[in-house]
Amino acid sequence: MKVQEVVKLINGTVMTGNKNPEVTVDVAFASDLMSDVLTIKAENLLLLTGLVNIQAIRTAEMSDISCIVFARNKNVTEEMIRLAEENGITVIESPYSLFRISGILFIAGMAPVY
Amino acid sequence: MHFEYFIEGGNFAEAGSTSSQVKKTLKQLNVDGTVIKRTVVALYEAEVNIVAHAYSGKITVELDEEKIDIKIVDEGPGIPDIKRAMEIGYSTASPEVREMGFGAGMGLSNMKNNSDKLNITSTVGKGTEVEIINYFHL
Repeated sequence: MKVQEVVKLINGTVMTGNKNPEVTVDVAFASDLMSDVLTIKAENLLLLTGLVNIQAIRTAEMSDISCIVFARNKNVTEEMIRLAEENGITVIESPYSLFRISGILFIAGMAPVY
Repeated sequence: MHFEYFIEGGNFAEAGSTSSQVKKTLKQLNVDGTVIKRTVVALYEAEVNIVAHAYSGKITVELDEEKIDIKIVDEGPGIPDIKRAMEIGYSTASPEVREMGFGAGMGLSNMKNNSDKLNITSTVGKGTEVEIINYFHL
């Protein structure tokens, strides 16, 4: 699924400058536990989380995750955006809950990791 | 090649910056992507552990043609029971660490799963030494 499509489905806002509409994500994982995210080996992973801090971006960097959705309109900081841009990570904010985002994307055909 | 980094205990904002630098170096050296990911995931967990539990730490990275060898040495309280600390779910982390998305008792097992060789030794009241070795071709 194209990131652009994800943004549309979850009423999202892209916060980073690297708006590459061709980036695609195949599987999604929803977690606030970064140690759990770090166990995932899947490629083209979309991370859905409610944990808004710099470690969410660092975790994405280490795990080669190219796109993160932050649920419930929690505002990402400038430092987080700068670090994400530096590492080619697209950051999306959505007003919806983690549950609703997961449901919408699952129905739209996004595959789960497990 | 030899690199050294110093880590400050309790500096949560900087946790991961060394792993980030190591990742950039390994990428520049064209190391295989899977090896890079395994190595930096293990290193990142170790780095978070220093920030979360120790007073200070030193990370030494040695690279040769066949492997990457990382030594993480900290000055800190040490681990009284390493076997127990390796168990998934066992944690002594503070609420501050849990707020960062860590401290669920998965760190050491994550490190083990992402290392070809993992050695941990610890002296209570002195500190902990972790060695992560990953081979470029197995």
